[in-house]
Amino acid sequence: MITVSHYLVLAAVLFSLSVAGIFINRKNVILLLMCIELMLLAVNFNFIAFSRMLGDEVGQVFVFFILTVAAAEAAIGLAILVVLFRVRQSINVEELDSLKG
Amino acid sequence: MITTLLFYGFAAVLVIAALGVITSRNPVHAALFLVLAFFESSMLWLLMEAEFLAVVLILVYVGAVMVLFLFVVMMIDINLDRMREGYTRYMPLGIGVAIVVILEIGHVIWFRSQGLPFLTVPEPHPEGYSNTKELGAVLYTEHVYAFELASVVLLLAIVAAITLTMRRRPGLKTQNIAEQVAVRRDDRVRLVKMEPTKESDE
Repeated sequence: MITVSHYLVLAAVLFSLSVAGIFINRKNVILLLMCIELMLLAVNFNFIAFSRMLGDEVGQVFVFFILTVAAAEAAIGLAILVVLFRVRQSINVEELDSLKG
Repeated sequence: MITTLLFYGFAAVLVIAALGVITSRNPVHAALFLVLAFFESSMLWLLMEAEFLAVVLILVYVGAVMVLFLFVVMMIDINLDRMREGYTRYMPLGIGVAIVVILEIGHVIWFRSQGLPFLTVPEPHPEGYSNTKELGAVLYTEHVYAFELASVVLLLAIVAAITLTMRRRPGLKTQNIAEQVAVRRDDRVRLVKMEPTKESDE
């Protein structure tokens, strides 16, 4: 039967895949944003699994807020990306060094 | 039994889709793989009896966020070859970090969970149980301030996205509404005193 730990392991696999994705695609801002979305999805899996295990609805309320914040983050991030591309004609992370960081 | 089969099927497709997101050459393909991943997670959430969130995930993520991603990806002309430089160089590092993360989480799940009911199968909800109703009952009473704060965050996102991407082209003939409203009578009307003149009668 499917227990809570099945879902936790699946969420761990998903999270580590997205961490690996951030390291692999470290030049492309769009793919970095997509990997962050995938990470948030993995975290949501944990919240829902624990909410199911404990029989408490508050975990799902938390997922609701995470979805809200992730949507806002994606909208602002993509807006910044569009402005960045308009100014620099590139979204390569390595070329974004005007702050000399 | 059927639940087990469904879980493993959806989980396998989800992991394959996640691999597709992080390895695909074309960002459009990555975005489409991410859509597939969201669909599969929504199915898994349905298996966990979180029906409201499963529907919201499809409506909000696939319907809005991923469409926005695809729109931006297609609008921006990316030089793909430059982006792929260093792909294989960072691959071992990425795999190493992923293995470390999964070992740590697996350690917590398998060895540090003594006494927690991780291996129990949760009881299914009785017939007539409404996940949406339960969620709403908690959301609009206990967490109503957080809910309103979330709406403010969304409003902020709208305002920020519009102000970031709006640009004013120079030399474009447009109305300035604020200037038009703020105008006074004295700015437009000038009274001229002049001598009365006699009408010439024919």
